[in-house]
Amino acid sequence: MGEAVADIPDGATIMFGGFGGAGFPNNLIQGLARQGARNLKVISNNCGAGEGELGLLFRNHQISRVVAAFPGPGAKYFHEQFDAGEIELELAPQGILCERMRASGAGIPAFYSPVGVGTDIASGKEERVIRGRRYLLESALGADYAFIKAHRADHLGNLIYRKTARNFNPIMATAANTTIVEAEEIVETGTLDPEMIVTPSIFVDRIVQARGVRFG
Amino acid sequence: MAKIRLTREQIAERTALELPDGACVNLGWGIPNLIAAFVPADITIYFHSENGILGMGPRAKPGEEDFDLVDAMKVPVTLIPGASFFSQDDAHVMTRGGHLDICILGAMQVSEKGDLANWRVPGAKGAGNIGGAMDISVGAKRLIIAMEHNAKDGSPKIVRRCSYPLTAIECVNTIITDLAVIDVLPEGLVLREVAPGFTSEDVQQFTEPTLHYSNTVPELSFRTLSRR
Repeated sequence: MGEAVADIPDGATIMFGGFGGAGFPNNLIQGLARQGARNLKVISNNCGAGEGELGLLFRNHQISRVVAAFPGPGAKYFHEQFDAGEIELELAPQGILCERMRASGAGIPAFYSPVGVGTDIASGKEERVIRGRRYLLESALGADYAFIKAHRADHLGNLIYRKTARNFNPIMATAANTTIVEAEEIVETGTLDPEMIVTPSIFVDRIVQARGVRFG
Repeated sequence: MAKIRLTREQIAERTALELPDGACVNLGWGIPNLIAAFVPADITIYFHSENGILGMGPRAKPGEEDFDLVDAMKVPVTLIPGASFFSQDDAHVMTRGGHLDICILGAMQVSEKGDLANWRVPGAKGAGNIGGAMDISVGAKRLIIAMEHNAKDGSPKIVRRCSYPLTAIECVNTIITDLAVIDVLPEGLVLREVAPGFTSEDVQQFTEPTLHYSNTVPELSFRTLSRR
């Protein structure tokens, strides 16, 4: 685990998969906590649950900026540091957070969206009327690294997820320069059914074996 | 007769009557989260969860939880036949893209134009949480708000203009409360049903903008619960 995250520098931008306790790369998060990189810019739906999930990195004061849709009531360490002015937050509507990452992975620099028109989220964004409806210009969101949790990976990096543990993981895998995966099972290349693969291996750079870390 | 408003469960029960058989539906936090329990047994609703489920069933029984199968509130759930899993971006292709038949959210305020405020109290400390509410409100084919008619301090939650930060503008189609069913139409707010024991004038008194109503607004209807 240490090896997979050893080269992550201070100031890196990192995406983290996971939603509702499912699909978090908790082994990689713990590895990064031990590795100690600081001033990290993170992109994640939420900001941890106590010391669980991203909470560990907030507790260690390793994060300086966040893009999130739902920091969450359980994000104790994030809220303490946000209220103290130590962390910068960019709040994004959840579907727009997804689509900005998808655009980045797909080579699209920006796109128009109807979400947030007339709200605080529109502040600073270009607005344009297209076929009679108002839209905001949203920019693509990429990262240096994505930390991903998969159910099953082959050695080449093809991934299959399990139930709602899929969530943000496949999108983030496409949107980062380096995608690091922890998988519950790692199998021989050629044994996964190509029809079932959700993330093709081209999006994956490193794979490590996950070891039963879960936070309620 | 004392005028007793509907309970949260009764608001949920009335709202469930708006769901046609086979509809794909997203339920938000608060009163909307109670609605699934009131869907009549003879119809099937495909509940959508923005973390990647269409065809979500009831909560998992104790001992049968799978923590890789949770709803948007982190609660372990089950599936119904025909369910599917997908990623969060596909889940929001469904919300923003107008593919869901009905979305039902809670609200802090709704304006007479159908503007919705449901994510943040003005001046509140802290970061605020948007989640999927903005995407859902903008994209819903039909957006229903299920909420209490007035705030805890008695102030109206149906207002001329929202003073709370907005979730989306001109998005609400119907408001179902502990006093009434109100449709948001081009001509304004139209009172469709009034809770038992109340008059249209009573409802107007608890509502800031002017309501449109005829002399014979029907009583708010229930299918299964006994009337008080």
